[in-house]
Amino acid sequence: MTQYLMSVYYVDGEETPPDDVIQEMYADVNQLNQKMMDAGAWVFGGGLHTPDTATVVRSQDGEVLTTDGPFPEAKEQIGGFWVIEADDLDAALDWASQATIACRGPVEVRPFQDEPEA
Amino acid sequence: MADDREIAEIFKRESGRAVATLVRRFGDIDVAEEAVQEAFVEAVRRWPRDGMPPSPAGWIITTAKNRAIDRLRRESTRDDRHKEAVRLAEHDEPEEVEIVEDDQLRLIFTCCHPALAVNAQVALTLRLIAGLQTEEIARAFLVSETTMAQRLVRAKKKIKANKIPYRIPGDAELPNRLKPVLAVLYLVYNEGHVATSGEELMRRDVATEAIRLARLLADLMPDEPEVIGLLALMLLTESRRRARTGSHGELITLPDQDRDLWDRALIEEGHELVRACLRRNHPGPYQIQAAIAAVHTDAATAAETDWLQIIVLYDQLLVFTPSPVVAMNRAIALAEAGDVSTALDDLDDLGLAGYHLFHATRGTFLERIGRRSEAAAEYARARALTSNAAERRHLEEKARMVASE
Repeated sequence: MTQYLMSVYYVDGEETPPDDVIQEMYADVNQLNQKMMDAGAWVFGGGLHTPDTATVVRSQDGEVLTTDGPFPEAKEQIGGFWVIEADDLDAALDWASQATIACRGPVEVRPFQDEPEA
Repeated sequence: MADDREIAEIFKRESGRAVATLVRRFGDIDVAEEAVQEAFVEAVRRWPRDGMPPSPAGWIITTAKNRAIDRLRRESTRDDRHKEAVRLAEHDEPEEVEIVEDDQLRLIFTCCHPALAVNAQVALTLRLIAGLQTEEIARAFLVSETTMAQRLVRAKKKIKANKIPYRIPGDAELPNRLKPVLAVLYLVYNEGHVATSGEELMRRDVATEAIRLARLLADLMPDEPEVIGLLALMLLTESRRRARTGSHGELITLPDQDRDLWDRALIEEGHELVRACLRRNHPGPYQIQAAIAAVHTDAATAAETDWLQIIVLYDQLLVFTPSPVVAMNRAIALAEAGDVSTALDDLDDLGLAGYHLFHATRGTFLERIGRRSEAAAEYARARALTSNAAERRHLEEKARMVASE
């Protein structure tokens, strides 16, 4: 088994969908979460607050600096993510296909470096 | 006695199968490739002295397998996962490695996995399935060997890190997963056929290789009509190769080709495959393109071409592939069938300005209805937009002819 990070992206500053669409999205995501748990694929997952709530901490010349704002300067930001466990990429892409439909946004799939303990 | 050239031939023929077999056994492309390379190095050393073994392919695979086990055993002290691989290799299978034809099919689907970029799919397929050297692939695609090597390393790393499986997709996924496989083979063929650039000889090798791979795929998946369609399309295109360029390398287009130079054997084989597809009646874009090529190769002279049939086929193709380039080819067929002014209107509606074949085609239409100065201007535009030397000369010639009339 390999663990994969599935990040959901959205464009920051774009108009948020109407409330009923958001409610539908939450329901779809909850349903998918349950499906993942039932299948034993779920490790962790959740939605994030908007990037303007982010804080960056970095170490520079032996000093730790704390600054306001998200780290990436790009318009595309992570809105939430899952960590899943899957046999191979095809299985992970199958979850990602369901995830992109549930979240209404593009999903990036990346494998974790270390294999989890058996 | 085996000489180096014979061994090189065997390498070309057998290395793809050997690599695929070892990938199945060890689940690692690098291990498989390296072991097969080492086995051939060993063959070059031993065969000229000891004579060719009864089954060279079996010898290569068995030797490569032993090399892979040696390597994994050396590394297993550091890495427990490899220990497991060695255990499997030593106890679970008999000494003789069985050659499973499906191994190559599995690996083709890995090479053409949609998670890989198209240029990586092409490079991996030529390297792992066709057994071409990195340097040969680089030359065919006009990039440096370093660039090609990096592309391959990156693609293999992605396969490994992501655990892209070695698996023939199930029936439900197959139509979608087969698409990139066919696209890669067709792209490889076209690179060899159309020759956007690169060395002539190398390109011909690449076209031959693409046909060999299409034959392999057709053997492995005889029930997939689009696979048969792709093979037929390649054979029928290939049948015209000798007629396609003149003695000075200049381009000769279909109507002006010497049809005696067409390869009858390839045409017959292609026609037989097209008929088999028609009987099956599950049309798809490659089968329809093959059928169009079959209509062309059916005509003894250009004037006898059944253009109405070709228009019908392009209409079918447009249902599958509604692209402006396909629509342009339909317009060409319409012009050939006699309705040049409608064809010109259709062509102008396609938004293809800037594409050199659009301007060349427009020039031909204009010339045919007597608007010669406009035709010359279109040929000049087309010439400025292509980098292929043979095509440039061809367009210069047409511009000169239309101006002098």
